[in-house]
Amino acid sequence: MGQQRILIVEDSPTMRQLLVFALRRLKGVEIVEAQDGMDGLRKVSNDHFDIALIDINMPVMDGLKLIRLMRSEESLKEIPIVVITTEGASEDRERALSLGANEYLTKPIQANRVLSVVKGLMKLS
Amino acid sequence: MSEEKKIFGRADEFLALFKRGAEFSKELLVENERLRTELARLEDRQNSAAQTPEDWSKLRRELLERIRVLERECLNVRERLGQVETENSQFAQRYVEIEEENNNLANLYVASYQLHSTLDLDEVLKIIMEIVINLVGAEVFAIYLLDEESGALGAVAAEGAAVADFPKGRLGSGALGKAVAATEATCWDPGQSKDLNQPIVCVPLVVQSRPIGAISIYSLLQQKDGFSALDHELFNMLGGHAATAIFAARLYSQSERKLNTIQGFIDLLTN
Repeated sequence: MGQQRILIVEDSPTMRQLLVFALRRLKGVEIVEAQDGMDGLRKVSNDHFDIALIDINMPVMDGLKLIRLMRSEESLKEIPIVVITTEGASEDRERALSLGANEYLTKPIQANRVLSVVKGLMKLS
Repeated sequence: MSEEKKIFGRADEFLALFKRGAEFSKELLVENERLRTELARLEDRQNSAAQTPEDWSKLRRELLERIRVLERECLNVRERLGQVETENSQFAQRYVEIEEENNNLANLYVASYQLHSTLDLDEVLKIIMEIVINLVGAEVFAIYLLDEESGALGAVAAEGAAVADFPKGRLGSGALGKAVAATEATCWDPGQSKDLNQPIVCVPLVVQSRPIGAISIYSLLQQKDGFSALDHELFNMLGGHAATAIFAARLYSQSERKLNTIQGFIDLLTN
């Protein structure tokens, strides 16, 4: 089995670095960062990814729009999506999940929780 | 002739009877041999087993002693198993604690790394905001800077409300001013009042025991219940590192300005 690839779409460099730190504990994965929704769409369209971690509130293109575009594109619609956001309201969660996100995590994140969700969706041991 | 036939017939009968007798004798001999063997085996067993009541008693004592020894061993093994299970549970607990500690250290490292990654004051303020939103989970907060000459505290960056909405403070007076003067992070009731005159946490920004400002938090994200041990570590880290980052960025900005002024003079003199 080849190296699995994770895409982090997050505008905050601090948050991106924190997620990279947590996900680096997974063996055999490559982590790619995108700084906003548009950057994320470009990267996910040009390369293969096994999972995408997406923030909601971002400049240029927000996370919800990115999820909608990914789910409407045949080649991208099977990629598991984890939303990581400050928005903790249940309606925000429902909106993201109804658009096709697989998991919804709120900030501040727990590294163990992120790892467990990512491992589960990537079917890693 | 008929007499002769009768004699031969009787002879055949006799011969057949004799043969059956011989076969029967052979079978008896085989059975006899088998019984002898069985008897010898039983005698061997009888000889090796207890023969007298004393022998039986001795055998019983030995067996009871053996049972006692085995029961003791069983108890020891059970005790050891219990110890191993306890140790195992302690290791699992320790592992969880170390994992948590590791995660906390990663958070502190990332926050610290980001704070010192730039000398631009605006970027430093932006990074402080990111840390307070993403790592602490604050919803409404402001970064105050102190005017050392006048002792006034003014908000320079904020989240959850406009900068202008945050009241000005004065060093040593009011909740904010007193907390800044004390140069130690102060926590009040972590409710969600959103009263901009009463922060729930004030983290003074301190460089060499001198306050230069504060991070004042008024409410937390709805999914955040209260402050964890990590939050207090972050407050301590922010109090020192954010202050140093702001201080360094201001010095750099001042030195840049001075450098430009001097360069201007030099250009004026040389041209």
